[in-house]
Amino acid sequence: MKYTEEHEWLREESDGVYVVGITEHATTQLGDLVFVELPEVGTTVSKDDEIVVIESVKAASDILAPLDGEIVEVNEALAEDPSLANSDAIGDGWFFKIKPSDLSQMDDMMDEAAYNKMIG
Amino acid sequence: MAELLKTPLYDLHLEAGAKMVPFAGYEMPVQYPMGVMKEHLHTRAKAGLFDVSHMGQVIVQGDSYEAAARGLERLIPADVLGLEDGRQRYGFFTNDAGGIEDDLMFANRGDHLYVVVNAACKGADIARMKTALEPDLTVAEITDRALLALQGPSAEAVLAALDPRAADMAFMDVATLDLNGVEAWVSRSGYTGEDGYEISVPAVHASSIAKALLEHDDVELIGLGARDSLRLESGLCLYGNDIDAKTTPVEAALTWAIQKVRRADGARAGGFPGADVIFDQMANGAARKRVGLRPEGRAPMREGVQLFADAAGGDSIGIITSGSFGPTVGGPVAMGYVTADHATTGTTVYGELRGKRQPLTLTKMPFTPANVKR
Repeated sequence: MKYTEEHEWLREESDGVYVVGITEHATTQLGDLVFVELPEVGTTVSKDDEIVVIESVKAASDILAPLDGEIVEVNEALAEDPSLANSDAIGDGWFFKIKPSDLSQMDDMMDEAAYNKMIG
Repeated sequence: MAELLKTPLYDLHLEAGAKMVPFAGYEMPVQYPMGVMKEHLHTRAKAGLFDVSHMGQVIVQGDSYEAAARGLERLIPADVLGLEDGRQRYGFFTNDAGGIEDDLMFANRGDHLYVVVNAACKGADIARMKTALEPDLTVAEITDRALLALQGPSAEAVLAALDPRAADMAFMDVATLDLNGVEAWVSRSGYTGEDGYEISVPAVHASSIAKALLEHDDVELIGLGARDSLRLESGLCLYGNDIDAKTTPVEAALTWAIQKVRRADGARAGGFPGADVIFDQMANGAARKRVGLRPEGRAPMREGVQLFADAAGGDSIGIITSGSFGPTVGGPVAMGYVTADHATTGTTVYGELRGKRQPLTLTKMPFTPANVKR
């Protein structure tokens, strides 16, 4: 798994497709999620585009595209039940799958040890 | 920035794993490990214990209750004089423009008035009362007592286990109870829409009383986050959001708290700041009105969202003043103001959220039925 400073995780699935979600640390900080707006499948996104809106009981936040690429699948179950991100952040609570167009953008990402160090 | 104040339950909050945030000059628990959603649902299902010690507790005293009541009536448009011994009422301080300076609870405790005001306004409220009422009356802030709220359907059983007289109290009754030997000033009231009590105890005993209440399996500590979603679902105003110095009681749909005797045709009509403005609006209507709003779909619409009559074009007809996800409702809920011509229940209006207009329906409040013991 790779991690971003924006508290996203990326896990390679197959054929150069990556599953993206937010970390348990992030969902704990955000509190109970009540709304998730996911991008359209097929959207081409650029790194740092605001592509997902999440709302917790407390506030709205944006999730940024971690890489340039194409959104190839979104987690409809999460849109139906946003609490999945709280109960299973790195499993059923995934947000979308992206096919990156520039894998070199992953070079700056953290591994688990580095991420855990960042969140201290 | 001034150092944040701590309530007598500060250590208890930390022991319970609370996330503390600055609120009205105090360091207060916004949530506990259970989280806002579960804390909210727990309060509606069983009982929640809230630390509301940051709120201002004030005693207004004169030669008699009547003297104190006549004094307070010069500042608020409620029937204070007619309040029976052992009863409490909701009211608000008004200004010369008819706006609301703060809302409050006041109780007839026999020979004096006991008043509870919002934390953020208490300095101004006490100064206002002192200026207007002293030296004929004394206005004394109670700084050596904590205030707890025990709210939810189990509240009666929990408190009655410590003093059975708690069960005999009706909604908005006040009494002095004996909780494990501690003198508690108790009202059967709260700000969650649930049955429950607000309990004033000496600060030195606050922690032991809180722990005694928490010993009951049904009671959990609940933070400010759930307090906000509970009051919003119950259609109750948050001062500073839903009502403020530029909002009149008529606009805020709070004229129920101006009893007949204080109205234009009443025996003690007027005599409070802004009476002319308020009476004019009561007779002729106000230009805007506070309403309940249910956004369609799941996305909460929060304070500041502009409202429109149509899905495209046109000027704003209003604004959301409180909005969140209602855990008991299971969807987003909001309240706000719209112009009088749009203030009919069932009307669809549109809120602009992230550049897109999304429909909301004007809905009667409370969003969840009140569950109090009349």
